[in-house]
Amino acid sequence: MAAISKIATGNGHGENSAYFDGWKAYETNPFHPTDRPDGVIQMGLAENQLCFDFIEKWLMEHPEASICTAEGVSKFKETALFQDYHGIPEFRQAVAKFMGKVRGDRVKFDPDRIVMSGGATGAHEMVAFCLADPGEAFLVPTPYYPGFDRDLRWRTGVELVPVVCDSANDFKVTIDSLQSAYHKAQEANIKIKGLLITNPSNPLGTFKDKDTLKNIINFVNEKNIHLIGDEIYAATVFMEPEFVSISEVIEEVECNRDLIHIVYSLSKDMGFPGFRVGIVYSYNDTVTSCARKMSSFGLVSSQTQHLIATMLSNDEFIDNFVAESRERLFKRHKYFTWTLSQIGICSLKSNAGLFIWMDLRKLLKEKTFEAEMDLWRVIIDEVKLNVSPGSSFHCHEPGWFRVCFANMDDYSMEIALSRIRNFMVKNNETMVPPRNKLCRRTSLKLSLSRSLSRKMDDFIMSPSIMSPQSPLVQART
Amino acid sequence: MEFKRKNKTQLLSKIATNDRHGENSPYFDGWKAYDNNSFHPTQNPNGVIQMGLAENKLCFDLIKKWIMENPEASICTAGGVDKFKDVAIFQDYHGLKEFREAIAKFMGRVGGNKVIFDANRIVMSSGATGANEKIMFCLADPGDTFLVPSPYYPGFARDLRWRTGLEIVPVDCKSSNNFRITRAAMEDAYEKAQKWNLNVKGIIIANPSNPLGTTLDIATMRSLVAFVNEKNIHLVCDEIYAATVFDSPRFVSVAEVIQDMDCCNRDLIHIVYSLSKDMGIPGFRVGIVYSFNDDVMLCARKMSSFGLVSSQTQYLLASMLSDDGFVGNFLRESSKRLAKRHYVFTKGLEQVGISCLTSNAGLFFWMDMRPLLKEQSFEGEIELWRVILNEVKLNVSPGSSFQCFEPGWFRVCFANMDDETVEVALNRIRAFVLDRENQESNRSKLCWRKKHLRLSSSSTRLYDETIMSPCMISPHSPLVRAKT
Repeated sequence: MAAISKIATGNGHGENSAYFDGWKAYETNPFHPTDRPDGVIQMGLAENQLCFDFIEKWLMEHPEASICTAEGVSKFKETALFQDYHGIPEFRQAVAKFMGKVRGDRVKFDPDRIVMSGGATGAHEMVAFCLADPGEAFLVPTPYYPGFDRDLRWRTGVELVPVVCDSANDFKVTIDSLQSAYHKAQEANIKIKGLLITNPSNPLGTFKDKDTLKNIINFVNEKNIHLIGDEIYAATVFMEPEFVSISEVIEEVECNRDLIHIVYSLSKDMGFPGFRVGIVYSYNDTVTSCARKMSSFGLVSSQTQHLIATMLSNDEFIDNFVAESRERLFKRHKYFTWTLSQIGICSLKSNAGLFIWMDLRKLLKEKTFEAEMDLWRVIIDEVKLNVSPGSSFHCHEPGWFRVCFANMDDYSMEIALSRIRNFMVKNNETMVPPRNKLCRRTSLKLSLSRSLSRKMDDFIMSPSIMSPQSPLVQART
Repeated sequence: MEFKRKNKTQLLSKIATNDRHGENSPYFDGWKAYDNNSFHPTQNPNGVIQMGLAENKLCFDLIKKWIMENPEASICTAGGVDKFKDVAIFQDYHGLKEFREAIAKFMGRVGGNKVIFDANRIVMSSGATGANEKIMFCLADPGDTFLVPSPYYPGFARDLRWRTGLEIVPVDCKSSNNFRITRAAMEDAYEKAQKWNLNVKGIIIANPSNPLGTTLDIATMRSLVAFVNEKNIHLVCDEIYAATVFDSPRFVSVAEVIQDMDCCNRDLIHIVYSLSKDMGIPGFRVGIVYSFNDDVMLCARKMSSFGLVSSQTQYLLASMLSDDGFVGNFLRESSKRLAKRHYVFTKGLEQVGISCLTSNAGLFFWMDMRPLLKEQSFEGEIELWRVILNEVKLNVSPGSSFQCFEPGWFRVCFANMDDETVEVALNRIRAFVLDRENQESNRSKLCWRKKHLRLSSSSTRLYDETIMSPCMISPHSPLVRAKT
């Protein structure tokens, strides 16, 4: 047989990671409240399913947002024909405005710098193609999203060099760790072209304070390397302090803006991963121009551009949506982490994201990654929860797990929590501390006036959502 | 703090700073001229008419009618909103099952139901642009080479080469045999590549051809399949114009041809498809890779994460293309309208002595302007092209931008405008040709004209016979600066 490419025969697609093994287990035995009550509950997929009722209501009130309604069909032809890689102007304007709103309107985004891509997946690959040649590398703080191994490396030939962060200081990115990783790469003759940070972080659910961001910007300027800020979870910040974007910080420090690039998407903030709305926003004109040409390989469907343009132009809807989404995420997160703390399970203090970073180090038989995998298999096979082991995020220390909480209904959440409780009791692990004693790591800041006076059971009943399907689902015939 | 501002280009990749994106081609210059002075029947009647964009605008009335009758096809209507959430969160790179099934069925019908396409082999990509790039990533390494029969679509230079690092070697096809792809030409190109130490990994053909508007006959298809099997290289067939065939011979997919060729190694056969031309919906970015090679299919599916079709669009098209009645009617009507439009144009040109390559497909024809060249060279071609663009005010595409071996050919698109604009365009061409003829004192050119000019009064009848297509303004190019 004629050979196919090295890219095709290699493992650069990254699907042999443990991150995906859990999905496979889930796929063969997915939880269903009535049909399969003992099935695996999907807690490994960072989806935001909490606000669809809100969106669907808006859709019914705005038929003109669709080119398939009587009110919108007059736009069908011009939309269906529109393949201009600049994107529909109203789409770019609406996305720029939304990005600004999500950052508290503290910074304005220029619609002419909005460049489309095939989701954040396509955006990352595109930025890598623009900034680095094969064999060159980006620094990435650990733990990081497993998909980066594929998105940044697979077809580009670019490498990733980890910047090790550890629990001793809550996995913060320090200048020392950046310098250490940079010098190690130099010694190995690896050319570093940039630093990629995810802010808010996946899997940590935390975001960087302004001082850390300033230090990072100073670092990249000093080394004359790029800074890529993946801000796809920006609107999932559900608790103070306010999210700080790179775009704000560069207004306050001296910086070569040609080095600064943002990756954005609507997959997490709006809960629309299927619509493939990825954005590259670069302050470098050459990169903007190049990325725009490349976007031909992953434009957003004009049908979707039209819908999103209409939706995100509606100020009142967006303001309400962002507030409502935050509120629901806050409540879900609070209930989840509080209940876990009751049974002696701690997690990293977080205020963003669709997941928690759960600390199960004390449950490990030994402090090794083998023991982490053993524990993980128990969680999948006996507790029947698909959670993601920290090693799949390149975490430096064993015993951490990412657990998603925004992709299921309340009932599934209760079942998941009761399974965890039963497991802890069975393994004599739970000290079942008195109800008013909270785990230190999950102590909540009692500063939000709106929701804290309510009781634990007074959270919004989210609409019934089944455990979701993974991207690897084998199509059923 | 002082920071260094090194040379900007050192900061970026080679890909970002080379010009393999291909936008410096004259193919795009014409668009720029058009964008600066776009024709409008009332607002700018002397503007440039866009005849350089291969869009299919002839059947939107049918699609819109279907949409109004099928509100459940949209996740934004009362009839479909209960599916909104499931669809909005669906990012499975296998694609919606109903979408794959509908596409497979559509491809089968377009191929005359001579072959059944397997829905499980349908892999998505972001348009044919994404599909062509992806198949190259799957089949070849940087520095490897693909053969491409010329003339070919200018976008291939970007899609096949830019980010993949591949090279292209043209297979020269000539007008003396109507640009057929001959075995000799393929061997020639293959040997040339070998002499240059290039590793040939495959050959990519467009069938129907862009820019020729012709379909490959079965003998040529079999010859291609035999050639790749012999050389143990891949065959990629870009079949995105399959449903634009409006005259015999019928379209024959490579999928059909290999059914009768037991000697064919199917691991070498791959199809690229899209709905951009056949349905006229380039904005929806529906590209398909269909490979008979399991490893390629699996790899391409994983790669489709970089360019999935929006689930909203998958859902709409799954519904539309599952409607057998609609699809049957659409395909018939589209062929009919393309045939009529093609006839009007080619007959109109014939009357002023301009001939075109005989064609039976596509959204364009391949116009022979060799008699009008001041000199038979590519400089002569570009000189003529500038005149057509700046004086005749038509954006047509010069053959050199398609890597045509011979100067003097132009691709002219005809399915992207309304009937009135067609008439204006033909009148302009007519006036230009007559004017150009009058400038020539060359006796042989006058003889040529007498031989070809038919002074019949039938031209007006042609316009009456055509279907009144909905009013369409000359379209915008993909390079249009977004208007704020």
